[in-house]
Amino acid sequence: MALNLAEELSSIATNVAASDWRQAVRHAGDGLVAGGVTTEDYTDQMIAAVEEHGPYIVIAPGVALAHARPSESVKKGGLSWVSLASPVEFGHKSNDPVSLVIGLAALDHTAHIEVLRAVAGILSNPDTRSGLDAAASAEEVRSLLARAASPK
Amino acid sequence: MKIVAVCGMGIGTSVLLKMNAEKVLQDLGVDADIEAADIGVARGAAQTAEIVLTSQELAPEIGDVPAEVIVIENFFDLDEIHRKLSAAVR
Repeated sequence: MALNLAEELSSIATNVAASDWRQAVRHAGDGLVAGGVTTEDYTDQMIAAVEEHGPYIVIAPGVALAHARPSESVKKGGLSWVSLASPVEFGHKSNDPVSLVIGLAALDHTAHIEVLRAVAGILSNPDTRSGLDAAASAEEVRSLLARAASPK
Repeated sequence: MKIVAVCGMGIGTSVLLKMNAEKVLQDLGVDADIEAADIGVARGAAQTAEIVLTSQELAPEIGDVPAEVIVIENFFDLDEIHRKLSAAVR
């Protein structure tokens, strides 16, 4: 029984213009703020995390999972989805450039395991992945995610 | 066997890594405890672990630990995790 990611995402944005990685992460942060998941501080924290630790958030080719520590800036758990119009360099040795930024906020270290599991499952499937990269609208992303969740 | 999966903030990448590593260990038939940790507590946790799983950026921050540090490039790639973990647990 797969979780339908489309329902977990507080915001989906496609074809977003970002001139550099900070802008790309900021867009993911904006999506979380728009969804009432976090405050603007969280966006700054996500950017600071990369400045401090390097682009470790680019966890797979083309995909960055932006996030920061649980804190008062997180109102509830949530995810935002930002598909970039053109890929952006994060400085990662093997997984650059990034075309999809997922913003993640969680209230504690164990929350959202099921959601992450769903994200991992969907992004590990090359067909779903290329469909998602090509999606031109939020509706398209939602239906692709819903289809990926339904049993075959 | 104790394994520590490390990321920067403790909520995202280490949990993903822990999940996928658990799947791989099940396939390998290996009994191990995997702890997801952020880089702050990882150094402490790594003192009593056999293996540390992390990304290339964070590996240098773990410092000198008795555990074997395995770098994973693609956290979604079960084949990569399978390959590197099976080499380490044998």
